[in-house]
Amino acid sequence: MGRKLLLEHINVPGINTLEVYRQKGGYRAVEKALKTLTPDEVVEEVKKSGLRGRGGAGFPTGMKWSFLAKPEGVARYLVCNADESEPGTFKDRYLMTYIPHALIEGMIVSSFALGANTSYIYVRGEMMPQIRILEKAIAEAKAAGFLGKNILGSGYDLELYVQSGGGAYICGEETALLESLEGKRGNPRIKPPFPAIAGLYGCPTVVNNVESIAAVVPIINDGGDEYAKVGIGRSTGTKLISASGNLVKPGVYEIELGLPVEEFIYSDEYCGGIANGKRLKATVAGGSSVPILPANLTLKYANGEPRLMSYESLAEGGFATGTMMGSGGFIAFDEDQCIVRNTWNFSRFYHHESCGQCSPCREGTGWLEKVLHRLEFGHGKMSDIDLLVDVSKKIEGNTICPLGDAAAWPVASAIRHFRDEFEWHVKEPSKSQTSNYGLANYANPIEKKEEEVKQDNS
Amino acid sequence: MADLMKVTIDGITVEVAPGTSILNAARQIGGDIVPPAMCYYSKLEGSGGKCRTCIVKVSKGSEKDPRPMPKLVASCRTTVMDGMEVQNITSPEVLEARSGVVEMLLINHPLDCPVCDQAGECDLQNLGYEHGLQKTRYEFERRTFDRIDIGDKIQLHMNRCILCYRCVFTADQITNKRVHGILNRGDHSEISTYIQTAVDNDFSGNVIDVCPVGALTDKTFRFKNRVWFTKPVDAHRNCDHEKCNGQVTLWYKGADVLRVTARKDQFGEVESFICNTCRFEKKATSDWNIEQPTHIPDTSVIASNHYETFKPLPVIMENLALQKANQVELEKTSKF
Amino acid sequence: MLKVEETQPVEFSSALIASFDEIVKRYPAGKQKSALLPILHLVQAEFGWTSAPAMDKVAAYLNIEPIEVYEVASFYTMYFLQPKGKYVLEVCRTGPCCLVGAEKIMDHIEQNLGVKEGEVTADGLFSWRGVECLAACGFGPVLQIGPEYTFYENLTPQSVDTLIDDLRKK
Repeated sequence: MGRKLLLEHINVPGINTLEVYRQKGGYRAVEKALKTLTPDEVVEEVKKSGLRGRGGAGFPTGMKWSFLAKPEGVARYLVCNADESEPGTFKDRYLMTYIPHALIEGMIVSSFALGANTSYIYVRGEMMPQIRILEKAIAEAKAAGFLGKNILGSGYDLELYVQSGGGAYICGEETALLESLEGKRGNPRIKPPFPAIAGLYGCPTVVNNVESIAAVVPIINDGGDEYAKVGIGRSTGTKLISASGNLVKPGVYEIELGLPVEEFIYSDEYCGGIANGKRLKATVAGGSSVPILPANLTLKYANGEPRLMSYESLAEGGFATGTMMGSGGFIAFDEDQCIVRNTWNFSRFYHHESCGQCSPCREGTGWLEKVLHRLEFGHGKMSDIDLLVDVSKKIEGNTICPLGDAAAWPVASAIRHFRDEFEWHVKEPSKSQTSNYGLANYANPIEKKEEEVKQDNS
Repeated sequence: MADLMKVTIDGITVEVAPGTSILNAARQIGGDIVPPAMCYYSKLEGSGGKCRTCIVKVSKGSEKDPRPMPKLVASCRTTVMDGMEVQNITSPEVLEARSGVVEMLLINHPLDCPVCDQAGECDLQNLGYEHGLQKTRYEFERRTFDRIDIGDKIQLHMNRCILCYRCVFTADQITNKRVHGILNRGDHSEISTYIQTAVDNDFSGNVIDVCPVGALTDKTFRFKNRVWFTKPVDAHRNCDHEKCNGQVTLWYKGADVLRVTARKDQFGEVESFICNTCRFEKKATSDWNIEQPTHIPDTSVIASNHYETFKPLPVIMENLALQKANQVELEKTSKF
Repeated sequence: MLKVEETQPVEFSSALIASFDEIVKRYPAGKQKSALLPILHLVQAEFGWTSAPAMDKVAAYLNIEPIEVYEVASFYTMYFLQPKGKYVLEVCRTGPCCLVGAEKIMDHIEQNLGVKEGEVTADGLFSWRGVECLAACGFGPVLQIGPEYTFYENLTPQSVDTLIDDLRKK
């Protein structure tokens, strides 16, 4: 059994209430931080923990905090990014639904560390039930003296508010989120300046994912060093993995980073294998934006070593044979799934969600979708495949925000690993409408070959 | 004054004030190394960063931190650092990425230049010639929008728009009330007022001048003539509008003033914004004090046949008989 | 494009205005525009959709230009700029849900209701549409119904039929 730091008490009846949450040791971190630590000491613990942003980028949280500008007389803000919309990711919804006080407690400790007196939790508008849950939890915490003026007699004041989004994936990008929180269209800002210098209302701001903020609680309770002992290498601590697709037991799992991918998919403690007795064809390991991998490269590196659930191990092999941890949205595809159709589906998603501000993304995502649609529905040409690769290259790296990359990578990686399935759609246009390409060779053991030169300039 | 910063663009070094963008540093150098800019406008705060045509490669970050920047950057919104080295037209990577951007800008563009009033002074047209491909790789129906009427002075052709946001910034910053904006999102974004209303106030006509393409054109000039058949002349009048200095360019065809615009600098930006009275109401020579012919760079089609010196074809220079036949014209060239 | 004469005026109740006031208090002075998205949700919950006159009233309340409200409302997918059925069934159509049958569910809903995506049933009760990822991929196929965005997970054609029947009886 792996250690659980966030979801240890998830099955305790009533854990969504302040009373039960406190019985299980909740709000100890607030008491410890506000009564015995200085804000800088809290930041120091988070730095020591090695916690990396759980929203997708994996940037060290403590370092992000230490970049926050602290000019005299200017308000600072902490904004929690609960705009969870990356296809394949649903851990934040789960956490907020079942154990909302973990987030509230994390917000109090983190706001204290950053010197923020007003903090916001930006929740995607579709999560109206979760907004109600958080609002209730905040009211409970306030009534118990954990929010408001002079919290626990420490002299520290904090007001915490929940803000609803309006339905836009792009608002998960931190500067788009800030624009949206200011009541504007969710157009990502051009950086620099970064939010740490000029964020919400032009003031220094930190934006953190729900899970990152919740993880601050065990870090403060047990100390950053203790937290860093969990996990593997620079991937410290535990991570919530959202498992979806054709699995026996899809759901949210807290894993110790470093768990072998094979164990995660097949052991009964986690996903319990592929549903309906089928075989695994491919996975998207970190949410729809990260490169898709065939089954064989999912479980093992190109050199045959087992792949682990960690930032480094998932990325092993670069774009040629690796993928990314991303937000931890683990999507499994069984042998009957069509990679072309899924790539088209993801492309449609990015086309739909592009804010339209910068030209390569605005025009390119639509182009990708249209070509993929043609391929999937049997009207494609062989040259379309290279066209897709080229268009995705023209988008990648040339946009204001990472949505362009996120739209390009799934297409480029699907063609890199599943080119024969794309070609089959061109060669067998009518057959491809009624049957599947199947598992093909995607789960075969990887043949030892000459080290591939890494082509990507990533 | 703070110390100047040294920046090298395509091998040419220039010293600029701190806070200067790479694009503006390049404009100080001038010439071919100036990146094209479709959305940035120095007179509009917050503009830029969107069209991505001005992307450049920063091969050395600064003297202090010489690491190159990992991605191509928008030169209009990236400030220079001391010792920075930038590649624009000397980088194949930049040119490739830029032609990619141009291709993206063109895939849904109607390419209706033959009937577009902007043709001849269109930034997208120029960009297309310089960086575009001869053939499109886009085989789908182009995006179209419903026609929107925004009043009797300004014509909106949304199909041509590249969403540079300049007109939105202009309405925000130059006029006293913004009634139009960007609606919807992604590739369905459009310039609109949502509820039918006229974009109409003293300075609204300036959106025509800032538009880099033919999306916003002057209805009083609509289909009157091709710009390269008209002759631009600098003129002024004593305008009683407090924010308008009455300095304009008149566009003549024969004795008639067909169009009035603000004066534009060498980068195509207006020198000062003008009021709607000067732009739309004053179409008689007697309204104006004429100054001089407008300087038009010889790269512009507007310049052809008008003001620049006669450039004899090479064949003339090698053939005595032709030289004799063109003697009068040739003498003109030697005068300058 | 809307013509002014096609729009119907709306009135905001004092209770609705009071709930706006509560939201505006969350932000620093002068930053009341931040309340725009939450207020539009309240407006839509009240009227069933977000009409132009309602947006104009919101603009006046927040002391911003109407176009600023139109820009925002048209950017986000949750605001209906056209009237919809009383119940809008929004089915997730993104990858992970499709792996477990979301497309079949959408076909089934279309059949059951007898209207195409985006249309309203003759009795004015239902609309349906496919929406992008609702962040519940492990429990797919899923759908949500506003204005409280109640969630229905692990859908089957049978559970969808039951749901629609229950809503009809309400």
